[in-house]
Amino acid sequence: MTELTELAGFDPVAPLLEVDKLSVEFRTRDGVAKAVREVSWSVNPGETLGLIGESGCGKSATAQAVLGIVDSPPGFVTGGEVRLRGVDLLALDERTRRQTRANEVAIVFQDALSALNPVFTVGFQLAELFRMHRGASRAEGRRRAIELLDLVGIPDARSRVRAFPHQFSGGQRQRVMIAMALALDPEVLIADEPTTALDVTIQAQILDLLKDVQAERNMGLVLITHDLGVVAEACDNIAVMYAGRIVEQAGVKDIYRNPAHPYTWSLLRSIPRVDLQAQTLAAIEGLPPSLTRIPPGCSFHPRCPFARHRCAEDDPPLYEVGAGRRSACHYWDEVLEK
Amino acid sequence: MGRYIARRLLQFIPVVLGSLFLIHYLTSLGIQINGDPVQALFGARQPPESVLNYMRIQFNMDNPCLRQTGNPCLGLFVDRISNYLQGDFGINFRGQPVADLLERRWPVTLRVVVIALITEALIGIGAGVLAGLRKDGAADYTVRFSSTFLVAVPVFVLGVLVQIGTGVYLGTWLAEQDAPSWLQSIFSTTYDSDAEWLSLLIPGMVLGAFSVASISRLTRTSLIENYRADFVRTARAKGLTNRRVIGVHTLRNSLIPVVTYLGIDAGFLINGAIVTEGIFNIPGVGGLTFNAATSGAAPVIIAVVTILVLIFLVVNLLVDVLYGVLDPRIRYE
Amino acid sequence: MNEPSRPGDGGPDSDVVSPGTGGTDLHSAVLRRGGRKERNRSLWADARHDLVRNPMFIVSSLIVLAVLTMTIAPSLWTDTNPKACDLTLSKQAPSAGHPFGRTLQGCDLYAQVIYGARPSVVIAVLVTAATAVLGTLFGTLAAFYGGWVDAVISRITDVFFGLPFIVGALLFLSVLDSHSIWAVSAILVALGWTQLTRIMRGSVMEIMARDYVRAARGLGASDARIIFQHLLPNAIAPVVVISTVSLGAYVSAEATLTFLGVGLRPPEISWGILISIGDGWALAGHWHMLVFPCAFLIVTVLAFIMMGDALRDALDPKLR
Repeated sequence: MTELTELAGFDPVAPLLEVDKLSVEFRTRDGVAKAVREVSWSVNPGETLGLIGESGCGKSATAQAVLGIVDSPPGFVTGGEVRLRGVDLLALDERTRRQTRANEVAIVFQDALSALNPVFTVGFQLAELFRMHRGASRAEGRRRAIELLDLVGIPDARSRVRAFPHQFSGGQRQRVMIAMALALDPEVLIADEPTTALDVTIQAQILDLLKDVQAERNMGLVLITHDLGVVAEACDNIAVMYAGRIVEQAGVKDIYRNPAHPYTWSLLRSIPRVDLQAQTLAAIEGLPPSLTRIPPGCSFHPRCPFARHRCAEDDPPLYEVGAGRRSACHYWDEVLEK
Repeated sequence: MGRYIARRLLQFIPVVLGSLFLIHYLTSLGIQINGDPVQALFGARQPPESVLNYMRIQFNMDNPCLRQTGNPCLGLFVDRISNYLQGDFGINFRGQPVADLLERRWPVTLRVVVIALITEALIGIGAGVLAGLRKDGAADYTVRFSSTFLVAVPVFVLGVLVQIGTGVYLGTWLAEQDAPSWLQSIFSTTYDSDAEWLSLLIPGMVLGAFSVASISRLTRTSLIENYRADFVRTARAKGLTNRRVIGVHTLRNSLIPVVTYLGIDAGFLINGAIVTEGIFNIPGVGGLTFNAATSGAAPVIIAVVTILVLIFLVVNLLVDVLYGVLDPRIRYE
Repeated sequence: MNEPSRPGDGGPDSDVVSPGTGGTDLHSAVLRRGGRKERNRSLWADARHDLVRNPMFIVSSLIVLAVLTMTIAPSLWTDTNPKACDLTLSKQAPSAGHPFGRTLQGCDLYAQVIYGARPSVVIAVLVTAATAVLGTLFGTLAAFYGGWVDAVISRITDVFFGLPFIVGALLFLSVLDSHSIWAVSAILVALGWTQLTRIMRGSVMEIMARDYVRAARGLGASDARIIFQHLLPNAIAPVVVISTVSLGAYVSAEATLTFLGVGLRPPEISWGILISIGDGWALAGHWHMLVFPCAFLIVTVLAFIMMGDALRDALDPKLR
């Protein structure tokens, strides 16, 4: 098994995980959908990046592209680099790439019931990681599986290791998924909508678990979600995605206090607030564009309250708004003032 | 798991009794409506009553309830079942014990069925996996088209065409070419007791043909569904090799519907065996059933049909249990 | 004039991510919003839309239509009288005026094959209709009322299920003397009603668990209303698919039984009989007597299966 340090391009001071102008497209019967368009972000050990946006904006496709598990066909990575400490994962041969999965970069999926194989015990699916990647024996794998279940807070791990996924509650299943992701001590953990399918109370527990684990191991954590509340709690930096592009990047406090992009601004406005009385819900008018027919100019302009003539023609680049802040809007200064 | 099996058994027993009674009732009704089969043996002649009575007793046809149309003849039913349990299956109209007939014919039918099953497993699952993995490729279209076509051909048509094509045309050609005897045995038109397995090869494959088509379609669909399943994505994200992802994770889930199909398959094999053995003149149980039914030999019909139905029901029970083993979700419902 | 494109020409808002779709399924999200204008269409209207554009469905429907016309109005297909036979020309190979050759009795084989469609197809239609009605009835009753009604119906279907088809047919036929179309149909119905009953039962049970049925119940809808307005239209799809395929299966079944000698008998003309006779003479080189009836049988059954497949794909909501 090749160590990351031995691979070409390894640079111990490069960002832990850096996505650089990544593009992914899906070639379907109805046309080519540009699901991810030159997306760039990075995350370092101990940091949590929140990737937010509505369904279909390309968040999951980005995560899958980082792992290299995009359904292909119809999906294809068409450009960019994914650098792990400087090593471009996309340029690796499949065998080496495969070894980085779960060892260096791991992912937790949204719906643990369908993401776990229903016909194998939880112990089998956990032990599998050790047996396949570390050459562990069956007994050793089992031991490690029990340890992991303990770690993520599953009571009575010794006997639960022989249970099947459908025998766990939703929250416990998600813990199992997290255990699977942590098994080989990865450097980066990507959590794709980890709490969306869960009750609010369980959500909090899962988030706490993720944060604890991250702190213990000094991992980089990428939290993908459409839930602004989750993001506020758990993240250091935020990247907002819309129609396949990053439209704003900033620290979490900046985003909430003072957004620099109309989309973020509209999103924050649309959160119902208990303290304000009798207001109509401020929803964002219209719908996101079809990814096979993205309008010219800024993709948000048809729904944007700040839109001008220029927005229909010029696709805004990511302007530098401040220290470590970027916004893809021509009129970002106006948004800041609002 | 134990509770699951117990539940299945509990459902199994009344169904078995019901089926046995249905068979009994229908055949009794037949005798009641169509008249005394013993009498029918003699056609227009009228032997002395004592002879008729003696024969009736021999064939268990002497119960007076058989003269009242509609009488369910429960006493007769109970008697017969207890006889069967003791291994006495009655005698046919030529005085041969049915049990002996069956004993001689079972091995032959068993061979045909085994060949059919192996064909189904190898070609059926193999083709299905191939088509599923290379979806929309040339292999996929070939498999889909040929399986649809094969399903449309009734077993007897296939048997007849194959028999004439391979048996007659190919067979005579091979004989003229003085081909090695094992090759000739394969393509002979009928059963050859000196080359038991070889001469049954083609009839066995004909018997399995319909199921080959069904299984390949089933495997293909199942594989495609599971290939895109979320848990497969997870397996890939775990960095497992492609071979393991497909071989361990996908395959096990994909085989579940195929196993369920085995229960139905038992029915197709039983039906098909009757037809195939008839066409290829194979001295098996299928042929026995068919002859008995067309000649109206009541004791034989009842005995053979009873056994066939029992086998079918037992196979289905075993398939249910196997399904529970493969899919743990079923065990707890 | 540079018009910004209108949002909302995608479909109805399908942004809610439901658990079980494996996260945001970008691929299907794209399909839902891309291209087609979506109006409010019922499952059946959607199905009709897809079917009309499906080449397999069109081809198989045409074949089925052709066979049906052969059944109803055979004279459209041939002027020759199938019973106009000349014994001296027995088993003659195909020739001018007699494209399929002649039968054992010297009758025109083509005409016989055309006229032979009738008994086979009539039986298939009768049996399919009867089993569909019985299956729908018993399946719905069993699923809707549950309890002992379900237990009784289920055990009875299990018992009949235990009789493999030909075994059962042989058994039934040794009871009945007559081998008319009605007798054979009755037997096939007795053997086949269980299949659709089970399917309908499963389908109704699945629909009953849906929220809109519970809502109807909560609103005080009567049993009859729930059954006819909510359950039947939605649960009937699998029955429609299987019935279509069954039409072919019953044609095949009748031919099989007739071939074995326990189905229809001469002087009835049917494909099964023609094949049975043809088999014997094909060995002697008169292949036309076997091949043509076989071809018609295979093509007919194939057409029904293809139609059924197309229907199933069109009616499957998961493939939308």
